[in-house]
Amino acid sequence: MIETSDLSKQYNSDFWAVDGVTLNVQPGKILALLGQNGAGKTTTVRMLTALLSPTRGWARVAGYDVTKNPQEIRAAVGVLTEQHGLYMRMTGIEYLDFFGKVYGLSSSARKMRSEYLLEYFGLAEAGKRRSGEYSKGMKQKLALARALIHDPSVLLLDEPTSAMDPESSRLVRDEIARLRSSQRTIVICTHNLAEAEALADHIAIIYRGKILLNGTLDELKRAVLGPVEFEAQFADAFDAGELDLPEGATLLSRSATSLRFQVEAPQVVNPLLVNALTSRHAPLVSFQEVPRKLEQVYLKTMAEAQGVTYAA
Amino acid sequence: MRRNLEAIWMVARREFLDQLRDWRIVVPMLLLVSLFPFIADDTTRQAVNFMNRFGGNLILDHLVPFVVLVIGFFPLSFTLVVALESFVGEKERGTIEPLLSSPLEDSHMYLGKLLVGITTPLVFSYGSIGIYLFLISRRPVEFPGFYMLALILLLTFAHAVLMVSAAIVISVNATTIRAANLLASFVVVPVAFLLQGETVLIFWGNEDVLWYAIVAVTLLAGLLVRLGLAHFRREYLLGREIDTLNFKLMGRKFKERFVGEAHSVREWYFIEVPKLFRALKLPLVIVTGLALVTVIVSYMWVVLKVPDYVTLTPEIKTEVRTLVSENLANLDTLGEQLPVHMLFLHNARTTIIFLLLGLVSFGTLGLTLFLGNIGLIGGVLGAANLVGFSPLLTFAAGILPHGMFELSAIFLATAAMLKVGAQLVTPQPEKSLGEIFLLSLADWSRVFFGLVLPLLAVAAVIEIYVTPALIKLAFPYF
Repeated sequence: MIETSDLSKQYNSDFWAVDGVTLNVQPGKILALLGQNGAGKTTTVRMLTALLSPTRGWARVAGYDVTKNPQEIRAAVGVLTEQHGLYMRMTGIEYLDFFGKVYGLSSSARKMRSEYLLEYFGLAEAGKRRSGEYSKGMKQKLALARALIHDPSVLLLDEPTSAMDPESSRLVRDEIARLRSSQRTIVICTHNLAEAEALADHIAIIYRGKILLNGTLDELKRAVLGPVEFEAQFADAFDAGELDLPEGATLLSRSATSLRFQVEAPQVVNPLLVNALTSRHAPLVSFQEVPRKLEQVYLKTMAEAQGVTYAA
Repeated sequence: MRRNLEAIWMVARREFLDQLRDWRIVVPMLLLVSLFPFIADDTTRQAVNFMNRFGGNLILDHLVPFVVLVIGFFPLSFTLVVALESFVGEKERGTIEPLLSSPLEDSHMYLGKLLVGITTPLVFSYGSIGIYLFLISRRPVEFPGFYMLALILLLTFAHAVLMVSAAIVISVNATTIRAANLLASFVVVPVAFLLQGETVLIFWGNEDVLWYAIVAVTLLAGLLVRLGLAHFRREYLLGREIDTLNFKLMGRKFKERFVGEAHSVREWYFIEVPKLFRALKLPLVIVTGLALVTVIVSYMWVVLKVPDYVTLTPEIKTEVRTLVSENLANLDTLGEQLPVHMLFLHNARTTIIFLLLGLVSFGTLGLTLFLGNIGLIGGVLGAANLVGFSPLLTFAAGILPHGMFELSAIFLATAAMLKVGAQLVTPQPEKSLGEIFLLSLADWSRVFFGLVLPLLAVAAVIEIYVTPALIKLAFPYF
């Protein structure tokens, strides 16, 4: 579990890299931390790993206070850093063995975990080669294997699938999802919005050290893009005229063969809306939610934060 | 303990493997290490031939130990790069963060890298020395004795620890490998000077004196390790990518510390000076205690260790007394021979030299110089006793009048210098090494400008105009 309150980090007495970050990530949940380069994601992660001490506020990770129990936190957390940080003259097997030792694993546990992780990430063959000979994606996979070597209860992953091919990315995403199902607490820092959308239970958008938005994807969409939108598609041209809309529904746009509504409470309003359409003999083909992507949420939030107009 | 050793070895072992697998490190090192002994052997051969033709046995007898010392030093200087890039290199390659994020303790990482940093140069140093000794064993030259050889090997070990511990302090605090390599000169050059001093000791012929060098270098190396451990901070290694010198901020911090809570000079003396004395209480006690012991020891040494060939008969004593008496007239023109401001500047310069030496040695060299100076007082009083003068009266008339101010000033300056050294090796997690250095310097400046300089000015006036008059008045009773 990760809990922070007003977590802040100041550099050079005038620059707040992280300013008042409050987060709560429960076991079995994934938080995606989104933001521009230099927004404060890495600094936040480093404070959660007890590498940087907060200037203000507090954080508890895996039940330990970051300022009081840094060693315990480091032992409980698996970290994938921004740079893969591999020792290029070590083989994959040696590298995992070294970090297994660092995390205090027994010889047999190290062997077992290394073999499993190398096998899982498709590095079993390459494990005997020096990591300097690996491709970018292989290096990233080995770095991720290092973060998982001690089977940590908390995972802090900075760009876990960067430089990976689609198959490898999928593999990593599956592993992260598997770890979530085994009650790990996971924080992912990423620029890959599709990945965040696919994996995260909670999303936090950070800008200039401050959290602008924090919640589930639906909460974020609702907060930034407004209530859910639904689109009715018709087989032929349909003149809706003065449609008698139920309370909680707003007509957003219309074309000859479609109508788009914004709906406050779909479970209540949608049946009434469909009823209103069918009572007017509308040749209804489909009535479905308009997909809204995290990208829209992110870009709109960033545009507002920077005071520029968001072009949807 | 065992767990700690295992963790240190784990870090060291990985580094060893890494080095051994890098041919760009191994090949040049092997080449240089195996080349030097042959060059040195040939130089020895030529030196032996030269001295056999033109004489110079004194040098010839000590030539091999000297060359052994030099041969041991060369690999240390060029393998220093291993220690210099130990932390900053990992930082640049991006490998430091996974290590810092691990449960390894600071001391495990630091000592592991220190172990590698020391072992690699030592292996090459001793290897080089071994090859050289093998080569000269075939030549008609005096092979150094086991004791001398053991001393030089110990000294080489002490050099390695000193240089590597300094290099690792640089590595932790530098932001780039380039900066660390540039700063390496601050390690290699002083040790090269040290080596020259040790060479003098070797040619001087008293090999036991080398023990002092070994102890001094080991002490300094120990303090450097302590400094490195005290200021090793994971945050510092990650927190900054570039160093910027903010003179404005530095000036403000220095001023804040220097001025303290005072709003005027009067307030400064009433508010800040008592604080200064409280802060300097322990160093002052240490300095005073050591000074007293030194004065007594040097007095006893002069009185009791009079060489046999010096026979101070009553006639000689009378002769000395007459000679001194005749020269008392010179004291009237002392102010012309040595103007007050020159004496003042000389004393002020001495206290600054104490500080500078103290800064590079965490107080030890500054303290040594101070004790050397203080020892002269005991020596002078001992000599006075030997020629039949009253040491107490000599002290009361010749030293005390200006000494009250001058000695107080020098004691305060030395105590402040000692405190600077102690602060540098004391962990202060909330401050960077640079900040500690700046604030320590501000503390020293408070003592220097606020107390030492005024006291030295008064002392100089008394020493030139009052002390000579008192000596002349008291001389008949000496």
